[in-house]
Amino acid sequence: MKIAILGFGSVGRGIARIVAERETGLVITAVADSKSGCIDNNGLNPLEVIRAKEETGLCGKKGVTPEYIIKNADYDALVEVTPTNAETGEPSLGFIKLALSTGKHVVTSNKGPVALNYDELSHIAREKEVQFKYEATVCGAIPIIQTLQYGLAGNKVKKLYGVFNGTCNYILTRMADERLTYKQALLEARELGYAEADPKYDVEGIDAAIKLVILANTIFGMKKRLEDVEITGICSLTSEAIELAEADELTIRLIGEIDNERGTLRVSPRVIPKDHTLVVQDTLNAVTIETDLAGEVTLIGRGAGSIETASAIISDLSFISNCHDRSS
Amino acid sequence: MKLEIRDTPGQLVAALKPISDLGGNIKSVIHERDPLNDSGFLDVRILLEMPEGKIRTLTDSLKEQGVNVLRINEERLLIRKSVILIGHLLHTDLSDTVDKIDNTGFAEVGELSMIMPSLNEPTSAKMTIISENLTNLERAMNILKDIAEEKNILIVEPLEDF
Ligand SMILES: NC(=O)c1ccc[n+]([C@@H]2O[C@H](COP(=O)([O-])OP(=O)(O)OC[C@H]3O[C@@H](n4cnc5c(N)ncnc54)[C@H](OP(=O)(O)O)[C@@H]3O)[C@@H](O)[C@H]2O)c1
Repeated sequence: MKIAILGFGSVGRGIARIVAERETGLVITAVADSKSGCIDNNGLNPLEVIRAKEETGLCGKKGVTPEYIIKNADYDALVEVTPTNAETGEPSLGFIKLALSTGKHVVTSNKGPVALNYDELSHIAREKEVQFKYEATVCGAIPIIQTLQYGLAGNKVKKLYGVFNGTCNYILTRMADERLTYKQALLEARELGYAEADPKYDVEGIDAAIKLVILANTIFGMKKRLEDVEITGICSLTSEAIELAEADELTIRLIGEIDNERGTLRVSPRVIPKDHTLVVQDTLNAVTIETDLAGEVTLIGRGAGSIETASAIISDLSFISNCHDRSS
Repeated sequence: MKLEIRDTPGQLVAALKPISDLGGNIKSVIHERDPLNDSGFLDVRILLEMPEGKIRTLTDSLKEQGVNVLRINEERLLIRKSVILIGHLLHTDLSDTVDKIDNTGFAEVGELSMIMPSLNEPTSAKMTIISENLTNLERAMNILKDIAEEKNILIVEPLEDF
């Protein structure tokens, strides 16, 4: 199956590396970053494009734009991995719509368009009989969407809750283990590259809330917006608060929660026993799904990272090429 | 609660069945020989947990079955919930917050521990609220949430269903 990749940062290059290193049945025919692009309908050499990007900052020629690639390159699936814009979803939203409406499958790790416009995008996909997949948008490498859509098919999900943000989990782990203050732990997370220069989205609970909105709208058929989520972040947590919890063998984690029976979404720091399944270390994510038939199912894994996120993208692409690719 | 019955043949089985039918949980069954009792029968003491409000139904159905109930010792279990509060608790008069909950009559503040930070930094405290049932505990929690919002205090609640 031929793929075109929009966005050649951490995730985009992770995908190219996997395609170069193992037999995936995928051929990359086009790549674009914010300033350049390249196309070879017979297949680009992924390692050469990575080298060009790392040496020059450009993956191809200036003037080869994402729109040009979407309309002119030869590909079956568009891989959309440009930066997330939580307010408008753009420019990614436009790229995805254009590709779907010209009859191409789309796979994305971009939370903005999925949280904001899933109904519209999945409608276009259905009309054009193509797939729109977004496993990588929630909890990175963890196959949460696949599990909910297929693995637990036939179950009623009562509740779903867990750790959706690795940066916050890292900060809280360090505050508990090393008695760091919130500020010290945040600084450390930044130095290690776990937190953005502007960590607002993570520490204020917005990133976790967007992931809840994606699950609520795409899996549970709700019609939620970010404003519908009750959000409390971790910025005002003190090391003394964690000390008080620890005195009773408890700790604090930022928990995102969907109550499917009440239809409510909430992100908030919560007191939780230290030996609880959801108390995972460092940047890990963990989600418990409470169902009527299967009981509780908990998934734990890496919520971010170049190769980890690319793993979810590759999984979506494999699903499409195994089940829905008309050319094969 | 403790339930004491006279163990004539068949009575123990007759007593245990309605307990489980009503969602009760039998913790232990103790046979006790009463030295003052020369009837030759054993008295049986059953320790069990019953959902609130089901106790009357249980005694009724026991009587219907002809079980000889000697004594029922009902102990009310208290429900507690501990939360962590973060904010300028002293400036905003913590004792006033405690009073507001104690004065409800249906819930009270059980424990309160605090760690004092350096001057002008927010204080962290652990507060345990105790009540007789879940509804009243939730009512008390809502009062606390209102106060917290008004006084700009962060409440860290436990994740339910541990
Ligand atoms: N990294 C993770 O662990 C992770 C996990 C889950 C989801 N995600 C999501 O995956 C997406 C990509 O993340 P990332 O970490 O790879 O980001 P990144 O390293 O910042 O890379 C973003 C890439 O998109 C390119 N780009 C920006 N604007 C563009 C435009 N208008 N047209 C075409 N390309 C454009 C950038 O170009 P330049 O190179 O020219 O700047 C860059 O190559 C984001 O939406 C992110 O939220 C990431």
